[in-house]
Amino acid sequence: MATVSIKNLVKSYGKTEVLHGINLDVADGEFVVLVGPSGCGKSTTLRMIAGLEDITSGEIHIGGELVNHREPKERNIAMVFQNYAIYPHMSVRKNIGFGLRTSKASKAEKAARIDEVAELLSMTDLLDRRPNQLSGGQRQRVAIGRAMVRDPSAFLFDEPLSNLDAQLRTQMRLEIKKLHQRVGNTIIFVTHDQVEAMTMADRIVIMKDGHIQQVGTPYDVFHKPTNKFVAQFIGAPSMNMIEGSLADGIVTLEGGLQIPIDTSSTHRGPVTLGLRPDDLLVSSQDGQFEGQVNVLEPLGSETLVYVSVAGKELIAKASGRTPPVLGSTIKLNAAPENMHLFDSATGEALQ
Amino acid sequence: MSATDLTIKPTSEALLKTSGNAGVRPPRNYAQFIRWMLLFGGGILMVMPIVYMLSTSFKFPFEVYNLKLIPEEPTLENYQLVLEDGRFFNWFTNSLVIAVLTTVSNVFFDSMVGYALCKFKFPGRYIVFIAILSTLMIPTEMLVIPWYLMSTKLGWLDTYWGIMFPGMMTAFGVFLMKQFFETVPDDFLEAARIDGLNEFQIWWTVAMPLVKPALAALAIFVFLGNWTAFIWPLIVTNSQELYTLPVGLTTFSVEQQVEWELIMTGAALSTLPTLVVFLIFQRFIIRGVVMAGLKG
Ligand SMILES: Nc1ncnc2c1ncn2[C@@H]1O[C@H](COP(=O)(O)OP(=O)(O)OP(=O)(O)O)[C@@H](O)[C@H]1O
Ligand SMILES: [Mg+2]
Repeated sequence: MATVSIKNLVKSYGKTEVLHGINLDVADGEFVVLVGPSGCGKSTTLRMIAGLEDITSGEIHIGGELVNHREPKERNIAMVFQNYAIYPHMSVRKNIGFGLRTSKASKAEKAARIDEVAELLSMTDLLDRRPNQLSGGQRQRVAIGRAMVRDPSAFLFDEPLSNLDAQLRTQMRLEIKKLHQRVGNTIIFVTHDQVEAMTMADRIVIMKDGHIQQVGTPYDVFHKPTNKFVAQFIGAPSMNMIEGSLADGIVTLEGGLQIPIDTSSTHRGPVTLGLRPDDLLVSSQDGQFEGQVNVLEPLGSETLVYVSVAGKELIAKASGRTPPVLGSTIKLNAAPENMHLFDSATGEALQ
Repeated sequence: MSATDLTIKPTSEALLKTSGNAGVRPPRNYAQFIRWMLLFGGGILMVMPIVYMLSTSFKFPFEVYNLKLIPEEPTLENYQLVLEDGRFFNWFTNSLVIAVLTTVSNVFFDSMVGYALCKFKFPGRYIVFIAILSTLMIPTEMLVIPWYLMSTKLGWLDTYWGIMFPGMMTAFGVFLMKQFFETVPDDFLEAARIDGLNEFQIWWTVAMPLVKPALAALAIFVFLGNWTAFIWPLIVTNSQELYTLPVGLTTFSVEQQVEWELIMTGAALSTLPTLVVFLIFQRFIIRGVVMAGLKG
């Protein structure tokens, strides 16, 4: 078990810089999820921690030791890949034991360790099978088993669940989380699925274009996004963004609508008002917004309502039992404390 | 040609399929009938020499120039003569040693070079690859002279090594293996790297087992190529004891004149190892393909 600390990490491929100075401290035993859109540099970061990519500049410390120039095997980390990377020509037992090949333990000790891991992942009865006799979820479990068997100081996962179907993904998500609670190793987990990030992480790192946008607990990144990108990236459906301008605690929207807002910011000028669909409720009495219902998306327990307000389409939530009527005009209400305000020019959040 | 074009999957799949629905169906139409006849004719042409070889090997000398397929007085005497003649055994051994050694060498080194060219990103690897490929365009006949000069200078004339050295590695093998290693995902190698294996171990324990079908194909090609090689062994050897089987057979005579029935007997016997090699490795190829199919 170990801390992982990254200082000013930069990665260039030839002349193109793809990581522009990443700083991150992962505590011992922490479960950190890197999330971001495709191509933002999550895998690159992870692979540099693993030692599979050269470091252009910056430092990586694992367990307090600088590992920049260490081979992957000297870093005592284990990695689980998106397509499992378990070997089709070896049995499950051999695959799990693969990480022990270079260890000096005796045969009996190794076998005991493999059994222990198989037990932990409840796949003892699968040990003699070949990977092609396993389901996708079982294969992924073998890959995790192979990573665990060496008892590494940190686990690195690169989108391990993205090849699984939705149901299995939910199940494996839970299993990995439970596993972490049981064995307590440091985990750095890459995904582009924000639900995965929210449900599993102790802390989430949101990346975009080679920069870290925000590091925080799931609560933080959801309720206190530091900028427009994070606000829209986290949460589904994504946050409604309405342009306007702020003066003296009142936002004047493009259509002329005035919304009083709960802010201590002295900022004046163009701002973006952010409203999560969950916070924008269909109201029978009065509301700040009024518009016509364009589309209804029933989700069972609730209904997503697409409403055009002053030429802009907003997404709101209504109850699943009594949704509004398509084409009718409805009122929407949001509590001032649930409104997010961003500087339109920089995209930064305003308090 | 792109990397993925070169795969033996389609043909072997066809193999598997035809074995699935055995039984000859009648031709569907006139065009197909003609196609069948053409193919049949081609097949006959291919098989004829072999049939004659076998038939001649059972004839007495007086019948050799009689082109009847079935000998009037079939005999096993030729086989007895050839097998008892020490030279045949000697040449057979030479050919076997040389073909086996070159096959092992090719399977080992071609795949090693192919792997390096495919999986290691070093500057100039493209140029190296092109240089290797370009040697494919030079026919053996043109290379024989430089090889000969080289052998003379280095004293390799009339030695096993002299016969073998041009074929210890082949550009074709390197090319074949490089293309096959493209199908091995990098993740497999990286996972092994993280688990602490060195590059040689990764190649040997992870990459090689995954390209077994290609290795089997390469082994068949190389073995057959060297087993039947004629021009170079003829040129580089002087003493009869070092002749390979194809070279020896052309001079095979017990008395003064060339005795076709004995040559044909020797030739018939010499096809046996190639059959064995093919049967062994063909199983590998098909099994490999079946495994790959189940994986996906
Ligand atoms: N070998 C390479 N050569 C050049 N550019 C590369 C190379 N590998 C990655 N990149 C670039 O680096 C950037 C980050 O890639 P990376 O694989 O880290 O993205 P990612 O966040 O993991 O995306 P995804 O969610 O699609 O996996 C991308 O813009 C990519 O084009
Ligand atoms: Mg990635």
